[in-house]
Amino acid sequence: MTVDVGLTVNGAHHDVKIDPRTTLLDLLREHLGLTGTKKGCDHGQCGACTVLVDGVRKNACMNLAASCGDREIVTIEGLGTEQALHPLQAAFVKHDGFQCGYCTPGQICSAAGMLAELKRGLASAVTADLRAPVMELTENEVRERMSGNICRCAAYPNIVAAILEAAGKA
Amino acid sequence: MRAFSYERPMDMAAALAAIGKPGAKFLAGGTNLLDLMKVEAETPQHLVDVSRLPLTEIVEENGGLRISAMVSNTDLAADARVRERYPMLSRAVLNGASGQLRNQATTGGNLLQRTRCYYFYDSSSPCNKRVPGSGCSALQGFNRIHAILGASDACIAVHPSDMAVALAALDAEVEVRSAKGKRRIKITDFHRLPEATPQKETNLNNGELITAVILPPPPAGRQVYRKVRDRASYDFALVSVAALVDLEGERIRSARIALGGVAHKPWRALDAERGLVGATLSDDAFAAAGEAAVKGAQGRGHNDFKIMLAARTVARALTEAAQQRKA
Repeated sequence: MTVDVGLTVNGAHHDVKIDPRTTLLDLLREHLGLTGTKKGCDHGQCGACTVLVDGVRKNACMNLAASCGDREIVTIEGLGTEQALHPLQAAFVKHDGFQCGYCTPGQICSAAGMLAELKRGLASAVTADLRAPVMELTENEVRERMSGNICRCAAYPNIVAAILEAAGKA
Repeated sequence: MRAFSYERPMDMAAALAAIGKPGAKFLAGGTNLLDLMKVEAETPQHLVDVSRLPLTEIVEENGGLRISAMVSNTDLAADARVRERYPMLSRAVLNGASGQLRNQATTGGNLLQRTRCYYFYDSSSPCNKRVPGSGCSALQGFNRIHAILGASDACIAVHPSDMAVALAALDAEVEVRSAKGKRRIKITDFHRLPEATPQKETNLNNGELITAVILPPPPAGRQVYRKVRDRASYDFALVSVAALVDLEGERIRSARIALGGVAHKPWRALDAERGLVGATLSDDAFAAAGEAAVKGAQGRGHNDFKIMLAARTVARALTEAAQQRKA
């Protein structure tokens, strides 16, 4: 059995006919050739496959592509260009927010989604007062909000520094 | 992953009809179902995707809130009314999973997530929950994360939800609907203890869909959700406690205590709550409540530490709730 799915990826519309088992992650990598999004654990635990779905960060491995019909997906390829880096990409370069780089596309897409959540006033587990508006992004808040992205090289201090810097301009 | 067919009905009636197909399962956020399908611990033949049903509102109802089943964990925790009136619920949700997963996971799906017992996930191990009658590998195996209350010789798995623990303390109800009609189930009656049938985790009947979680008016008192886990973020609870203390001066008018990470269902410690009613605020009273909450607890070896941890976490959560009032 196959299903027909139409969705937008980085501004381009795609109509595909796929096995229902295909995850969004496999659709991106294997069918559309967008290999910037990485497969780490394939179980929603590492965050390497994080993409934006209708502007919201999600694990591409935990979505069936069939469920993503009519959605707008943004991957690392759609976030910035080599000529005009996204502020998060520029900050990751400046702060050396990676070592091997495998988790980086997921880190950057996740950080973009996280900063959008902050603009919506979302609290986190370390926010002291749930009733007060969330004011500023501290190191502690970044670490909590980014805990769904694992970096096996442990570049965390630099990742946090990059995100804090980009938070002002993203 | 085993092959399956897929459909996405656009209204409730079509979804409730579609679930009658052989081997059909509802798919909402899929953060657990898809995960389990990948290891073939779940093998549905047909998926009925309900993620786009118009069940995404949180509305006022009878002084409480009606949370529709497809409200994401993120949106539930972010709701200003939940943050203001049911802070233990917002806290519990924010303490579960990761930002990405909370964006995807739904309120109904959170209740239906299955245990993270390693043997349940490992298709090469016997597991009565996955293959009834095959045995429980955790009894004699690594059981550090397993149950200390209400377990059976068939299964010592725990329910992994944080959200459900707060819902248990808040006396929430679960609204379910099938082709035959709708009904409400108290949250504490929704999940089952394993007994001899650990494969049956809830009292949901075949064909029933969770449509909403109903919160009664917020109870008087201060609320706390305290979670103890192996890492500071993004981990399941070893023990968690949703606690509420209502004080009149130094006298405890009422208290509520629910525990997570200790049983096959969110565990409401009613005896411990009753023991606090009328007591004078003191460390001893809260310590006694902690002891009462784990009365009858049984360790299985690696998880023996949870008994003391649970008692102390209850006392600590109650203390924090009482202190909030003073602050």
